[in-house]
Amino acid sequence: MEEKLLRTPLYECHLAAGGKIVPFAGYELPVQYEKSGVITEHMAVREKVGMFDVSHMGEVILSGPDALANLQNLMTNDYSDLADGFVRYSPMCYENGGVVDDLLVYKLEDNLYYIVVNASNRHKDVEWMQKNLKGDVQLKDISDDVAQIALQGPLAEAVLKKLAAESDIPQKNYTFVRKAPVGGIDCLISRTGYTGEDGFELYTANADAPALWNKLLEAGEEFGLIPCGLGARDTLRMEAAMPLYGHEMDETISPWETGLGWAVKMAKEDFIGKAAIEATGRPRARVGLKITGRGIVREHCDVYVGDQKIGHSTSGTHCPYLGMPVAMALVDAAYKEVGTQMEVEVRGRRISAEVVKLPFYKREK
Amino acid sequence: MNIMQGLLYSKTHEWVKVEGDRVRVGLSDFAQHEMGDIVFVNLPEEGDMVTAGEAFTDIESVKAVSDVYAPVSGRIVAVNEELADDPALINSDCYEAWIVELEEVGGLDDLMDSTAYETFVASAE
Repeated sequence: MEEKLLRTPLYECHLAAGGKIVPFAGYELPVQYEKSGVITEHMAVREKVGMFDVSHMGEVILSGPDALANLQNLMTNDYSDLADGFVRYSPMCYENGGVVDDLLVYKLEDNLYYIVVNASNRHKDVEWMQKNLKGDVQLKDISDDVAQIALQGPLAEAVLKKLAAESDIPQKNYTFVRKAPVGGIDCLISRTGYTGEDGFELYTANADAPALWNKLLEAGEEFGLIPCGLGARDTLRMEAAMPLYGHEMDETISPWETGLGWAVKMAKEDFIGKAAIEATGRPRARVGLKITGRGIVREHCDVYVGDQKIGHSTSGTHCPYLGMPVAMALVDAAYKEVGTQMEVEVRGRRISAEVVKLPFYKREK
Repeated sequence: MNIMQGLLYSKTHEWVKVEGDRVRVGLSDFAQHEMGDIVFVNLPEEGDMVTAGEAFTDIESVKAVSDVYAPVSGRIVAVNEELADDPALINSDCYEAWIVELEEVGGLDDLMDSTAYETFVASAE
């Protein structure tokens, strides 16, 4: 199906910054920037601060007296004790226990939630939620009106402090401030991210996004802030071993197998997929692989122990900060222990690998 | 875009440097720039035969894997082992960072000189 590619409100900013534009999730987005490249952008986020356009992400509002009851039914995580101003991650499952999407739920206030979903799953998610809503509740897809900029790295807070009041900057991870002016522009500031680093995600109206982008660039210059593309976003999440929908998760993989048990609350009375998750159990496991042979493992490579095929790689790349290639794989759970030796077949060639503890990289607090 | 004079070029963006009976083969500036940060070169073996137009090795950038096509036919008589330890040499100095050296070379006539290649790249962009 050929669909016309969409542009985020920051498209012109990317061109001005030398962004190399590629199609991604139905949008034209920069994979990297001319002056930097993936490795430089990756290192900026690990050591200083980087900025990403993630406006392609989807945002929906769930509201009404039965909003919480519906979240409890739709999501595997438990939202009963989520306070205003807090964010909580969850997989959302089908009846068969496979994953529809993974998402973030923001509690704006009682009966009012803001849900952030993957761009490529947005329409599917909205359809699935609509179909399963019960009682007095409304769902509204506001993705086309909302832009999102991720400001990530150890110096992200220093940059933000130049543009926002200290009281408007969320202090704890997975908290947010709903109406926070940044350089005079209305934003929702959330202390979240997808890089394994400290940082923020700023949600704003489309019309204000270019001005916000430029203010952040200017404020961040003294701290070494550079714009970063999709390439670095992927290597950063990979190094931090954060699962990505379509790779470590999909409709055929249980969230237990992905290792998301911490976000699957079996103590809840019920939720969609609960029975199937329990029945399926954990026949496979997501593991981290250190590539000990020569080469780079990407997704969809078969994994072997001896002659026996035990699974496949779900993501893989060279990690710029660690300076080595790693991969994640979904393998027969019998082979999930750290230290297990295996081989990955890359274009007809077997490359040796070893199961290591995840995440590959964890920032020092 | 840096296009070095005195070299021959293929439509798949490899360069060929003729030195008597032997040639050296590497990637053009256009190719390394398109690939981005190079992190692994799957070096072929000495003694292997390569055929013009067919992939003889692959190179991994952070972003993706790319095949490298033989610009000419021939027998590999040397591989640049330096690239095993430092594949990014192709990014930093693509015309010094040769990949293989070939003998029994065939197909040189099908290559472009630097002027023709410059026109070719300009039309591709």
